[in-house]
Amino acid sequence: MIAVTLHVAAAGIALALLLNLWRLLRGPALGDRIVALDTMVINAIALIVLIGMIGGSDTYFEAALLLAMVGFVSTIAFCKFILRGDIVE
Amino acid sequence: MTSVADIVVIVLLLLGAGFAVIGSWGLVRLPSTMERLHGPTKATTLGLGALLVASVIHSHARLGVWTAHELLISLFLFITAPISANMIAKVHLHRARVGTAGEPEGIAGPPPRPSGDGDWATFEAPKRDTPASTANS
Repeated sequence: MIAVTLHVAAAGIALALLLNLWRLLRGPALGDRIVALDTMVINAIALIVLIGMIGGSDTYFEAALLLAMVGFVSTIAFCKFILRGDIVE
Repeated sequence: MTSVADIVVIVLLLLGAGFAVIGSWGLVRLPSTMERLHGPTKATTLGLGALLVASVIHSHARLGVWTAHELLISLFLFITAPISANMIAKVHLHRARVGTAGEPEGIAGPPPRPSGDGDWATFEAPKRDTPASTANS
């Protein structure tokens, strides 16, 4: 029962990733693309956690934690670059 | 056999995946950029929080130990999501002000200006004589 639910949830996250990809390609404003990328990172973290639950392995959580940190830093760097034309001033 | 923990895990998994889909659907469906910020920053973050709690209970039911590093991820995400949303809103306000936003505003219109003669702080240059300033020369 749990295995079926895990796969259903993974399918839902995959659908969410596809919706984000559509917004990332479509735009139209640059802010939309940044939001779409940020959401894709969050959904990728969710997918990694689900795969870790399906496979029963513990190592996936480190990957999810690292992706959470790198995703946040990349979003902030992207915003800073657009606002200021520079990342570290 | 499904135990109580299994039922809780199933409910949390469906809730988390549902909120993730709702957030992404809002990102596709809502009419303007400032409104599109709402879906991902709140619904998707809540969905991931539910998934991580489900993972904690699942690993407890499977291994018999309580683990906390999933909660570490969700704590980190709950701290950083408002910051990135704020930065993205700043980017959009700034680009709308200089006229390169590339899209007319939606039904809600642009956000109102703050009271007084101020404006939203999106492009504040580093001030002279502040510690991090490189504008002194």
